[in-house]
Amino acid sequence: MLADIEEFYRLDRLPHIWCPGCGNGIVLACLVKAIKELKYDQDKTVVVSGIGCSSRASAYLDFNTLHTTHGRALAFATGIKLAKPELNIFVITGDGDSSAIGGNHLIHAARRNIDLNVVIFNNNIYGMTGGQYSPLTPKVQKATTAPYGTIERPFDLAKLVEAAGATYVARSTAYHTRLTTELIINGAKNKGFSVTEVISQCPVSYGRRNRFNTPAAMLEWQREMAVPVIKARSMAPEELEGKIITGELYRGHAPEYVSEYTKLTQRLKEEAEGV
Amino acid sequence: MSGPTKPRLMQGNEACAEGALAAGVRFFAGYPITPSTEIAEILAERLPLLGGKFIQMEDEIASMAAVIGASLAGVKAITATSGPGFSLKQENIGFAAMAEVPCVVVNVQRTGPSTGVPTAAGQGDVLQARWGTHGDHPVIALCPSCVRETFELTVTAVNLSEKYRVPVILLMDEVIAHMREKVELPSPGEIKVIDRKKPRTPPEKFVPYQPDADGVPPMANFGEGYRYHVTGLIHDKMGFPTNKGPEIAGLVTRLTGKIEQNAADIIRWEGLYLEDAEVVVVAYGCVARSAREAVKKLRREGLNVGLFRPVTLWPFPAAEIAKRASRARGLVVAELNLGQLKLEVERASQGKTGVHFVGRIDGELLTPREIIAQVKGVL
Ligand SMILES: Cc1ncc(C[n+]2csc(CCOP(=O)(O)OP(=O)(O)O)c2C)c(N)n1
Ligand code: SF4
Repeated sequence: MLADIEEFYRLDRLPHIWCPGCGNGIVLACLVKAIKELKYDQDKTVVVSGIGCSSRASAYLDFNTLHTTHGRALAFATGIKLAKPELNIFVITGDGDSSAIGGNHLIHAARRNIDLNVVIFNNNIYGMTGGQYSPLTPKVQKATTAPYGTIERPFDLAKLVEAAGATYVARSTAYHTRLTTELIINGAKNKGFSVTEVISQCPVSYGRRNRFNTPAAMLEWQREMAVPVIKARSMAPEELEGKIITGELYRGHAPEYVSEYTKLTQRLKEEAEGV
Repeated sequence: MSGPTKPRLMQGNEACAEGALAAGVRFFAGYPITPSTEIAEILAERLPLLGGKFIQMEDEIASMAAVIGASLAGVKAITATSGPGFSLKQENIGFAAMAEVPCVVVNVQRTGPSTGVPTAAGQGDVLQARWGTHGDHPVIALCPSCVRETFELTVTAVNLSEKYRVPVILLMDEVIAHMREKVELPSPGEIKVIDRKKPRTPPEKFVPYQPDADGVPPMANFGEGYRYHVTGLIHDKMGFPTNKGPEIAGLVTRLTGKIEQNAADIIRWEGLYLEDAEVVVVAYGCVARSAREAVKKLRREGLNVGLFRPVTLWPFPAAEIAKRASRARGLVVAELNLGQLKLEVERASQGKTGVHFVGRIDGELLTPREIIAQVKGVL
């Protein structure tokens, strides 16, 4: 399965730590395929991740890899990008990592429209710590800390980052691998803050508690719930209840942060030389 | 740009910013907080002119993270804060210690705890500078007591962080930060600047966490052809997570050991009239200024009193204190807290002499008179 992309893996690090049936490996392969198609130089590519099952992915990849602290991957990545703008940066983060503990960094990275490519592995749960609810756990679903079903409302991450200023927002699922790869490629090509949310499955910490008997049932659910964005536009809100709207959800145009910084230094230089 | 050799009236925070630039710092990330804000403001103006990068992050956690990111990318990086922000930075300071990422954290201490008194001096973060982040970890903390020394120690802080791949805390205080003194800064040629060791092997032979004899591994910057893994998890020499007991113990021992092993190079202190001192005042930062006045006055009265000023609070010059303890009738620790460094002085003096204390926690500076009274009580 990995043959065409194995040059980008640290094969000696495998087998990975993920449970059988976990979606992380699938989503990761989509990301790697995207980087391959983008023809990025491995030496000039950095993969930054936070903390969580999904964030363990960075160690398996043969790039400059940085496994940071919980929620903070985007802040580390901001430092790298600003310090060395020529590096291509991908950020791998979980739903909890990106939207709970890291929520502030997410909206501010979006606001700056800094050229980072974020792939959110959204399995609707805190996988690594054993299944507590996250800000993306759908209402009424069960978690170890919501044994009676969560009473909280989940975020719509795509709307959140769009409102915060991201200039590329997309959504896919672990089931839709080709789409996922394509969306990540398009995100990387966007010079600005790009977010691709990928709905993934955690059969062990989420599925078991929420009437998904097998990982396959979860993939099946992703397939059934997915509605391409074009189709969704002609659907009523009631029809879209519980659906996963997939595809390129938003594209905006705004100045990119590091380019703005470079312009500023250029202007200061010219002013100094002009005097 | 300023002419560095011309005498200038300068604030401690300004000297810190100048020191950072002189040491080659070209990246600052921070979040405003009194009494450290001038450092950010000055660097916001200066860095873009020097091709450097300045960013005001959304909080101190992010600032610390961005600084580590920049350093991994090969740019010397610094952040500045005060108590509440220093607390927020702790987790990522631990990350820098674990992943051995050079960086400098300036903490301009104010009166704590919590929001405390933002505009008043304090020295209540001495133990936090040592143990603020969880787990056994290495740290270096330097404490200046005048404006010129703030410049010098900022350079030293950057140099030590590069040399030993460790976060270095510059533990300032509100008095030193906001005080203005006439200083003549050294010219760039006089300033010794140290850069991190680069790998001496080709990428395919590179073992990212293989230390040299000094306990410090050479460091590859992101983007320079050495693709390796950086993590806050306990890792093996290749940088990958491990759960093996000997590797866990081995890493933590090396991380803390590299500071102990190189203590002679790192430790700095200053003494005044120590040769025949019957009572030694131990003071640092702004309090050392009052202590110096006190000691001079007592000498004029014919009393054999000396001053010991630790410049590195961590690692603590314990052997030097032990020497004084075995000769003196007593030590008097003077500080703006309830006795934080006193604990360390007691530990170092091993019961060989009495360790006395004079402190203030009302936001005011200890006066020479208060220190004199305490010393006379011991004599
Ligand atoms: C500061 C901090 N708080 C809590 C944790 C414990 N923790 C580790 S992973 C995690 C949740 C991860 O969930 P998510 O980001 O959704 O990723 P997943 O494991 O599901 O891929 C938590 C709470 C931590 N490592 N650090
Ligand atoms: S706990 Fe869930 S997310 Fe984590 S590896 Fe197992 S299946 Fe995957």
